[in-house]
Amino acid sequence: MSLLEVRNLHVRFDTADGEVHAVRNLSFELDRGETLGVVGESGSGKSQTVLSLIGLLADNGRASGSAMFDGQDLFNLSPGALRSIRGRRISMIFQDPMTSLNPYLTVAEQMVQVVREHDRMTRRAARDRCLEMLEAVKIPDAAERLDCYPHELSGGMRQRVMIAASLLLDPQILVADEPTTALDVTVQAQILELMKDLNRRLGTAIILITHDLGVIAGLCERVIVMHDGELKEQGNVRDVFYRPRHSYTKALLKAVPRLDAEQVERLAPAADSSLLSVDGLKVHFPVRTGGWLGEKRPLRAVDGVNLDLRSGETLGIVGESGCGKSTLARAILRLVPTTAGNVCLLGQSMGDLDKRALREMRRDAQVIFQDPLASLNPRMTVGNIVSEPLRTHFPELGADEVRTRVADVLRRVGLSGRELNRYPHEFSGGQCQRIGIARALVLKPKVIICDEPVSALDVSIQAQIVNLLMDLQAEFGLALIFIAHDLAVVRHISHRIMVMYLGRIMEVASRKALYETPHHPYTRALISAVPIPDPDKERDRDRELLPGDLPSPVDPPSGCRFRTRCRFAQDRCRTEAPQLRQLTDSLVACHRAGEAVLV
Amino acid sequence: MIASAQAVQGQEEVAGRSLWVDAWRTLRKNRAATVSGIVIGIMAVLVVVGPWFSPYSYDFTDWSNLSIGPSLETGHLFGTDTLGRDLFVRTLYGGRISLMVGLSATLVSLLIGISYGAVAGYFGGRLDNLMMRIVDILYAMPFMFFVILLMVFFGRNLFLIFVALGAIIWLDMARIVRGQTLSLKHREFVEAARAQGVGTFAVIRRHIVPNLLGVVAVYVTLTIPQVILMESFLSFLGLGVQEPMTSWGALVKDGSDEMQSSPWLLLFPAVFLAMTLFCFNFLGDGMRDALDPKDR
Repeated sequence: MSLLEVRNLHVRFDTADGEVHAVRNLSFELDRGETLGVVGESGSGKSQTVLSLIGLLADNGRASGSAMFDGQDLFNLSPGALRSIRGRRISMIFQDPMTSLNPYLTVAEQMVQVVREHDRMTRRAARDRCLEMLEAVKIPDAAERLDCYPHELSGGMRQRVMIAASLLLDPQILVADEPTTALDVTVQAQILELMKDLNRRLGTAIILITHDLGVIAGLCERVIVMHDGELKEQGNVRDVFYRPRHSYTKALLKAVPRLDAEQVERLAPAADSSLLSVDGLKVHFPVRTGGWLGEKRPLRAVDGVNLDLRSGETLGIVGESGCGKSTLARAILRLVPTTAGNVCLLGQSMGDLDKRALREMRRDAQVIFQDPLASLNPRMTVGNIVSEPLRTHFPELGADEVRTRVADVLRRVGLSGRELNRYPHEFSGGQCQRIGIARALVLKPKVIICDEPVSALDVSIQAQIVNLLMDLQAEFGLALIFIAHDLAVVRHISHRIMVMYLGRIMEVASRKALYETPHHPYTRALISAVPIPDPDKERDRDRELLPGDLPSPVDPPSGCRFRTRCRFAQDRCRTEAPQLRQLTDSLVACHRAGEAVLV
Repeated sequence: MIASAQAVQGQEEVAGRSLWVDAWRTLRKNRAATVSGIVIGIMAVLVVVGPWFSPYSYDFTDWSNLSIGPSLETGHLFGTDTLGRDLFVRTLYGGRISLMVGLSATLVSLLIGISYGAVAGYFGGRLDNLMMRIVDILYAMPFMFFVILLMVFFGRNLFLIFVALGAIIWLDMARIVRGQTLSLKHREFVEAARAQGVGTFAVIRRHIVPNLLGVVAVYVTLTIPQVILMESFLSFLGLGVQEPMTSWGALVKDGSDEMQSSPWLLLFPAVFLAMTLFCFNFLGDGMRDALDPKDR
């Protein structure tokens, strides 16, 4: 008999706009020790399904159907009985490890609380149990970490603490709701490895909810595909990935950008004149340590970056969060003051420009942001948002002319052109991003800097937006700087790719060279951390797991910045910072790149 | 053909919609806010026009009718106070002062508070520091001391009350607005506007201020009652309006002294005051919702 058997589950919400049927007629089961992946886009009802099982639906939600767990129907239990199941036998970890830990309690305090809530044991014994669990999730110096507050831990470490806390009572089911979405790829790889290991060692069944097919491919045995609250397909992970039956699954698998996909050759840009060049750019933010009268130290967000961009070219910039890629984008656009270095757009140095000339210059360089909704003023209509650049730069244009141009550009980005009078919140994330692109495009710029333009979007929408950007590039000869942490997306769109780490460039190479023969150990680790949506390949890969977390940019390591996490670091790496040097097709900043040990 | 039809259609739609037009439309759909607005309107007209139609003036003592209850025969609709003055007229006169104080001080706080706070918050750094320290210094000045100082220099004058209240009340608004601006200025749509080359003051006007309005609307509805009550406190100390002129605050205070013997003296001004404050509250709530496109 299976451990959990859900039959005909319906979840409904009463809202002001009527009833929302979030989950429709869902049935599935879970065996002991099994790993089940639930995959679907946002709004598919995947989170509501598990929340309903453990009685954590919002107040306006109702669940019906049956959920037999170990011979009891979870929907017929008293709140008290459900509470003792929740936590002890079914436990849950959430997406954002910072918000699910109480910032005012130390790690030990929150964990001990969980143990003592369910088991009568002394504080001492509970603490020992917590320590044991922290060691099980491989937290270094676990004994010291017990007395840390959540903010003193890094994101990956916090997620480990959450996993440890949820495993304290030896549950039979661990529900993980997007456990790695808020984490960097390298950290994601660590956490997934850990979950796989725990499943093997402790025999805990895992329900993994995610939008990332690659994560499922590596970890799960069975998969449920959900869309619009309905189950579209379920089955063994290999069947679903290799022989998908439902058209939705097929579409989903096709939409995912994959690192192992055939590289579609992108035509190299014809012109070789440099459009944008950045020379020795540094951005330091003063950070005060130790209160008001404390010492001011520079946070070196960007620390000496050179790049150049030709017209019609896409330069991808990748790196973990905190590596300075977004700051670099803002510095190029002069949205943050630069500390040193120079940015040249169309042969004109932006540092020398006065206010008026700078404003003129802004016509040629535009930006698209990560969060589509946040980048549109909620109090302006779409028409006003998209026409604002026109009205700023061409105040002489008549209202009709402006309206025609705005409607044209909206149609060009795949909207109907009749959205002028609606407000941003009336649109979906993908549509909002299209509006953002229309706003960037309306002035016919030469360069568009895209700062994680698809990270907040669903997989199928991501593909649409990336393809739109590529079409626009071909049509208008745009140069793009495409910043992302998703290496697969960057590979799809870029001609050249730059890898950043702690404010410095680690490697710059053409797309082909970077992915086929990465020279820098960091590049190699990054690429190997990206999950591939292919169960067999994913399980057979050798992973180069990067240990630890990103060091603080206030206090970067001496010499090579990457040395603290590098397997190949030598004495020289400590004392001497490597310069970018040419190595076959790539520029690499590593003393040891090209040596035999690395290959 | 089709294209031109679309263009025409687009034109019609565009003509009708901006934040303010939409807000107005939404506000009218909100019943509580509409009723409140009408009540405030009637109240305003009444306090201005009402006294013209009353046979009594606000300082006339009707010796034959001291402290009588509301009655139609004598023409004292709300009764009279212990000095035989007609409460109806006095309530309306009091309303003039109270509404005027409330609205003018709020206007000052809106104009100065929003622009000061938005500028300080948006520019940040040293300018912000300087501007906020000035606010701190003004905060530190005792209110009573400030009022007395004004009185000593310029003599007793109703206008000075407005100045004094306005000078104090905008400080809170400036702080609130600055705080909101600080969190707004790093929002991506503000950065996008800057990247497009939109000028600094246009960014403040188009992107910062409209997004402050929700908080401001709520705060204003708190300010009006606060100012009306502050004025009555000043009047109570003899620094505000002077007898025989009056305000709602002063009337409520007088009425509460006679609560046992002549309850109407408290009841009528208190009902007027409370009703006004309620209405401003509902109106403010409605305005906040109307100004937020998401709530439509």
